[in-house]
Amino acid sequence: MSDLSPDRPSASPPRVFLEGLKSGVWSVFFYVLVGNYLGLGALAYEFGFSFWWMAASTLLVWAAPAQVILISTLTTSALVEVALAVTLSSVRFLPMVAALIPLFNAPGVRQRDLLLPMHLTAISVWVEGMRLLPARPRAERVAFYNGLGVGLISGALIGGAIGFYLAARLPPLLAATLLFFTPMALLMSTSRNARALLDRLAFALGLVVGPIVGWLNFGLDLMWTGLIAGTIAYLVHRWREARNVGSTP
Amino acid sequence: MTELQSLVILILVGFLPSEVWRWLGLVLGRGLDENSEIILWVRGVATALIAAVVARIIFIPPGTLAGVPLSVRVAALAIGFLAFLFIRRSAFAGVVVGEAVLITGAIAFGS
Repeated sequence: MSDLSPDRPSASPPRVFLEGLKSGVWSVFFYVLVGNYLGLGALAYEFGFSFWWMAASTLLVWAAPAQVILISTLTTSALVEVALAVTLSSVRFLPMVAALIPLFNAPGVRQRDLLLPMHLTAISVWVEGMRLLPARPRAERVAFYNGLGVGLISGALIGGAIGFYLAARLPPLLAATLLFFTPMALLMSTSRNARALLDRLAFALGLVVGPIVGWLNFGLDLMWTGLIAGTIAYLVHRWREARNVGSTP
Repeated sequence: MTELQSLVILILVGFLPSEVWRWLGLVLGRGLDENSEIILWVRGVATALIAAVVARIIFIPPGTLAGVPLSVRVAALAIGFLAFLFIRRSAFAGVVVGEAVLITGAIAFGS
């Protein structure tokens, strides 16, 4: 744990923040977010929301699926229904944040220092954070992650703003192409960053179990898919670990 | 609806229902070791949830993507992923190939 040593001079928080910001802006996700939020901004325009409301929803909600639900149902559904759908679409943040938190454990890091990093956590920031944080000294991780998150959320804000103005002119096929960006990018970035069998298996199982659970119509399909596919992947991982330990002398 | 009303609604049915899971993750995740068994399990669950989001966008697509036939959406994702695997694991190549298949398929088989 040499990085916890108080002798080690760590870079100043503003500098680390800027480095994180740079990583965010240079991440492939930045362009993915611009593209994806172009579609979202256009959708907000079509449903009659204001420019500033769209920007506020990105800053406050910062979850594309939840924002898609909000924008497309708010004008027609009961508020309770909308809130329930949004909360179900965001359940994934619980395990994501819980998996991320240990990376920030360091002396002097208080619970409230983590409120902003956790708010900035969306799939894109999480994937990049899980990849980049382990290489940073612990003392620098909060500032770096905040920079990363602000860099990526600015891509979403820019995309949303441009999409809002383009809405009147966007041909349907181009809009469909933009919406397709998200699943493609998630699929490939997750497989590129998959460190272990656990990650790959969980992802592959999730792709298969997700549509089945959705088709069975239990409700809460994202949560059930995560629990079922994630648990199977974890059990297979444990079984393999146990077998490897058993076979090596 | 006034601008203030729509902002209050955004906070009540958008921000709070979504943010509460981040707060819960913060409360539950503190003090856990990153390689502990529970965190490994949670990582599996989170990864599977992301896969479920991908599957949902493909099978229950939002907006204009619904205008592209399901077979084209699935084929575009699969061929894009194969391109990613074979072209030096480049996400950019995968996205370009997948999008090209989507556009071609939508023009050829779309309504």
